[in-house]
Amino acid sequence: MTDITGPPATGVVVAQPGRSGELTPWRLLLRRPTFLAGAAILLFWVVCAIFGGAIAPHDPLAQQLLATNIRPSAAHWFGTDQLGRDVFSRVIAGARDILVISLLATTIGTVLGTAIGLVMGYLGGVADILIGRLVEAVLALPLVIVAFLFVVALGASPLVITVVVGFVFTPIIARTVRSAVLVEAQLDYLSSARLLGEKSPYIMFTEILPNVVPTILVEFTVRLGYAIFTVAVLSFLGFGVQQPTPDWGGDIAANYVTLGAGYWWQTLFPALAIASLVIAINLVTDSVEQVLAS
Amino acid sequence: MTTTDAPTGPGAPAGPGATGPTVQAEHMDVIYQVRGRDRLALRNVSFQVGQRESYGLVGESGSGKSTVALALTRYLPRNGRVSSGSITINGQDLLSMGPATLRALRARTVSMVYQEPGRALNPSIRAGRQVAEVYEIAGQPRHEALERAEAMLRKVQISDPGQVMDRYPHQLSGGMAQRVVIAMALASEPSLLILDEPTTALDATVEAEVLDLVSALRAEFATSVLFISHNLAVIAKMCDRVGVLYAGELVEEGPAREVFDQPRHPYTVGLLRCIPRRGQRKDHGRLDTIPGFLPPPGHTLTGCVFAPRCALVEDRCREAPPPSFPINLAHTSRCYRHEVAPDLPRNTPVDLSIPAATDGAPPLARLVNVSKTFTSGGGVVHALERVNLDLLRAETLGLVGESGSGKTTLARVLLGLIPPDRGASVELDDHPLPTDVRRRSRDQLKSLQIVFQNPDSALNRRHTVRRLISRPLARLAGLSGQRLRDRVADLIRSVRMEERHLSLRPSQLSGGLKQRVAIARAFGPGPRLLVCDEPTSALDVSVQAAILNLLADLQAKEQASYLFISHDLGVVRYLSDRIAVLYLGRVMEVGPAETVFAGPHHPYTEALLSAVPSLDGQRSERIRLEGEIPSAANPPSGCVFHTRCPRRLPTGECEATEPPLAEVAPGHHMSCHIPIDQLRILQRADTPT
Amino acid sequence: MATYLAKRIGLALVTLWIISLIVFFAGQVLPGDPGRAILGNLAAESSVRALDHQLGVDRPLLTQYWTWLTGLLHGNFGMSTQFRLPVEPFLRAALVNSLKLAVLAFVIVVPLGILGGVLAALSYGHMTDRVISVTGLSFATVPEFVSGIVVIVIFAVGLKLLPVSAAAGPGASPLSQLQHLILPAIPLILILFGYIARMARAGTIEALNSDYARTATLKGLKRSVVIRRHVLRNALLPTITVIATQTGYLIGGLVVVETLFNYQGIGNLIYKAAGTKDFPMLEAGVLLIGVVYLVATLIADVLSTLLNPRLRLGNSG
Repeated sequence: MTDITGPPATGVVVAQPGRSGELTPWRLLLRRPTFLAGAAILLFWVVCAIFGGAIAPHDPLAQQLLATNIRPSAAHWFGTDQLGRDVFSRVIAGARDILVISLLATTIGTVLGTAIGLVMGYLGGVADILIGRLVEAVLALPLVIVAFLFVVALGASPLVITVVVGFVFTPIIARTVRSAVLVEAQLDYLSSARLLGEKSPYIMFTEILPNVVPTILVEFTVRLGYAIFTVAVLSFLGFGVQQPTPDWGGDIAANYVTLGAGYWWQTLFPALAIASLVIAINLVTDSVEQVLAS
Repeated sequence: MTTTDAPTGPGAPAGPGATGPTVQAEHMDVIYQVRGRDRLALRNVSFQVGQRESYGLVGESGSGKSTVALALTRYLPRNGRVSSGSITINGQDLLSMGPATLRALRARTVSMVYQEPGRALNPSIRAGRQVAEVYEIAGQPRHEALERAEAMLRKVQISDPGQVMDRYPHQLSGGMAQRVVIAMALASEPSLLILDEPTTALDATVEAEVLDLVSALRAEFATSVLFISHNLAVIAKMCDRVGVLYAGELVEEGPAREVFDQPRHPYTVGLLRCIPRRGQRKDHGRLDTIPGFLPPPGHTLTGCVFAPRCALVEDRCREAPPPSFPINLAHTSRCYRHEVAPDLPRNTPVDLSIPAATDGAPPLARLVNVSKTFTSGGGVVHALERVNLDLLRAETLGLVGESGSGKTTLARVLLGLIPPDRGASVELDDHPLPTDVRRRSRDQLKSLQIVFQNPDSALNRRHTVRRLISRPLARLAGLSGQRLRDRVADLIRSVRMEERHLSLRPSQLSGGLKQRVAIARAFGPGPRLLVCDEPTSALDVSVQAAILNLLADLQAKEQASYLFISHDLGVVRYLSDRIAVLYLGRVMEVGPAETVFAGPHHPYTEALLSAVPSLDGQRSERIRLEGEIPSAANPPSGCVFHTRCPRRLPTGECEATEPPLAEVAPGHHMSCHIPIDQLRILQRADTPT
Repeated sequence: MATYLAKRIGLALVTLWIISLIVFFAGQVLPGDPGRAILGNLAAESSVRALDHQLGVDRPLLTQYWTWLTGLLHGNFGMSTQFRLPVEPFLRAALVNSLKLAVLAFVIVVPLGILGGVLAALSYGHMTDRVISVTGLSFATVPEFVSGIVVIVIFAVGLKLLPVSAAAGPGASPLSQLQHLILPAIPLILILFGYIARMARAGTIEALNSDYARTATLKGLKRSVVIRRHVLRNALLPTITVIATQTGYLIGGLVVVETLFNYQGIGNLIYKAAGTKDFPMLEAGVLLIGVVYLVATLIADVLSTLLNPRLRLGNSG
């Protein structure tokens, strides 16, 4: 019977009390093609970030003034740039800084955001109101612009970018954690803990925190995607990793003037590298989110 | 108001000229495909609903009763399908129907009323338009459809239909919304009305009204009814015939009275023994329980589905599923041993000796002048108003009331989770307790513990059972090392679980087991007063019985007092020594359990008691409550119950002054202007027994 | 409703004030010595001092903030250090240009995104859904300059269909202006499409699975009527708010797109101000973006309140 007017099936919607232990979340993840594709691409870039120099066929910094603007060929898979540097090698080596900065920034944001979010959600009160307004204000400004404002004021360096992006993420993550904590705060196990005379820090970190970890996990991967996005944009605008260090955004900015002359490979390949990385992360995030939701 | 329960002939189509049954389901199998695997949700289910007949389906969760409703409306989720068998409605084959025919069937022949009326209505369309839509489908112009919708709303006894027409669903109370849904369902004058747990989400007094309404309309519209419920008493009241579903199979079927009075399937027998009835108490005539668990969904049992839990099981039961044995012309049972089924051996002893509560000793705890006012959205809500209650040693005080009566607030104030208003005090052993739990000493914390309604919410889902039970012991009883481990093992066994359960997390346990863990956890520190806040209302009847007996056993052993909160009067009566009735945050009546139940009672207690359908088949002429429960933000003047009280005095006294909680008999207090003797006369006149 | 509106505006003003603090902090406190920052390391100490004095940054912070804030309230957004002219006319012209681009992107993407999301939801779990969801998600997360470059490579360099530069010459016809705006609008559209479609999809799926959709279907309504009358309205309400929230991201995207296509909008203005350390221009620009965002979300809130009876009428049952 195919019922054309029936509701869409939603996996576990059925009146079946789902017994657990059928498939673990991890095995469910491994069954999703989008997750596998995303994870494979991500793994590739992580390998590049770690072993960049060893894998790259050429020195990403070596300029060959006799071999500038060469089209993609067997010797130079992605061609060479205006200074005769091998684009393929620069793309491989360029994975490192963006990944390291994004990962660190996201970690800073997640750790701080989680702590603040727990306090806001569980203790509430003045802290909640004040931080809540601050979050609103930060959210009112495009992420790129806030980051950009601070980077301009403090000067561009990997450290500044990491800290600024991490700080900008903090209130956003805090807000997500806070709403997850508010959901938990409705549950009776917290009353139960209070009836045992447990103190607030114990309740926040031992009772609540483990229950909001899935939310934090998803938020971390989502933010990692945004961090890469932001770091790439800052680099492109000239406020990120500085030349001649190989960097996708920076390389695009340095070469895109030559687009008009038809040297598309100098910008297209770094662009595709960024695209593949952010898409990979989002495929992973999306899968994790779906699996945790089901 | 009339109650139309006159049963028509069992299964027989009523009236001459009738042609065949309204619903005929034959050997129906329903399969859900879950993660690539087929799970049988219904197996070989056959039943008929005759014309104008009311057929009830009862079953616990997981029995597949809602799946029947979905199959009959062809609204199974995409991963579900009727894999074999046939369904005909009014002689039409449902399963082979094309989309247009199916739509026409839904528009004209079959209607449905749902469990959660609030969610069944579209939140962004006015109630009137949603009812009128049914007439528009039938081809009527809009203004006419609206007029007829208003007339229909009047039929479902909405006193001001014009006003309700213009409301959005969120502006309607649960009872009102359910009336609108019923109006919508009957607007097409269907041949078949399916009611899926229509009153489960409603309060007892509202439930009674809705059930009466359905009975009256059923007679008026000459509709066949398929009534689905977990509540056997509701089915007994509403249905001519009944089918009992267990794990996707229809195990017994027959005339409702006969099935409930002389069940012939061990499951039905066991299930009926799980329901507290008049005369049964925690210490004598105890509830029986059904051992074991429901087979997991998608089970592949070759024999009888109930065999693993059945005390009458024989080898043949495990070998092949039993056919349907006729008991008489109208009554069938799928049990090889249907003849001896009524003699199913008990799983629980009948009596238990519980030491009587010590009379004359000072109370263990007392609530003195407790009021609680919440401010929300600019309004002030009086959740509790000058409540005084004593809790005696080793007694169970049952706390009864409908939603919004303040039961849970009272418990939370006692526990120190919510501060009461100024002037209130909570005492333990004649010493005032700090009103904030954070300022209570370890001994005070140990003395007061709670079992919550929903173990999913009350147990931290990331912690193992071992951790959940150990933590209170380590913190409040100061245990550690081997002594801690021994005590944890003791506790888990005392709630009839095994040590292997200790390493599991709550999600790996069934609802009943989770609640046992919660009970073990609460008993850990050795509380002298345990608050039980609706501890069984999220559980199935068979699980509830086991939990109630467990609570009684533990009380006998540990000599703890219980404050037992429930909306279910049968459950409260089974367990309680004394009972307090709450209405709008005030104590209406408090006294020994049997006195309160026997009467004379407060008019509100009387209404509550007569609202509850009973399995024993006594049809007392009910007293009916008018209108809805007033908002606690704006309580009525004088006696807060006067707006709904059917026994209101004509003198105007009830409207003017609030009656004091006066002692009307030793230990029996009541807040009512009507003298007790007059109440006795009034109430005796109305009760046939 | 009136009190709700007053409360909502009050909150927006508080938020705006906090934004001003952030901007002031980033623009005037963090750089330490703006004069030195502007003139560079080689400039003479005396000229740095003179510039600092001219900028007023040698006064106490509180005084500086007060002067700046009162200036803003009087419509005085400060003097550009780069052009030595009031910043206000620059901002105004740039804002108009940016709005053109943003409006074009919105007009195209809002119906497209909603349509995509609803289509995906209606074919939940099938190929159409997977394709729309995965591409939408991918588009939404790729930085604008990346998709911008791909677009340029394809349409301008490869197919030579459209101009690379977004700015048509002065006095160009509206049609030619539009032609120049199409390429820069694409990266913005791609990003927004993903967000809007995702939201519309989630809302529609929820509404399709709701009890009231079941009620409507079992009334015997056609699926198309169920969807139109019962599902879409409830499904798309939350999407309105999301669309407004996206204005923030949209403006962030403008910085990149306007730079990439050399278009004289607010993003480009801010970018250039940052490059020349023109702090007054930068601060005023960022603040202006905050105002635009707050106004957009305010409108969206009011709109969704008007459309949602639960919010409009409150709980009077």
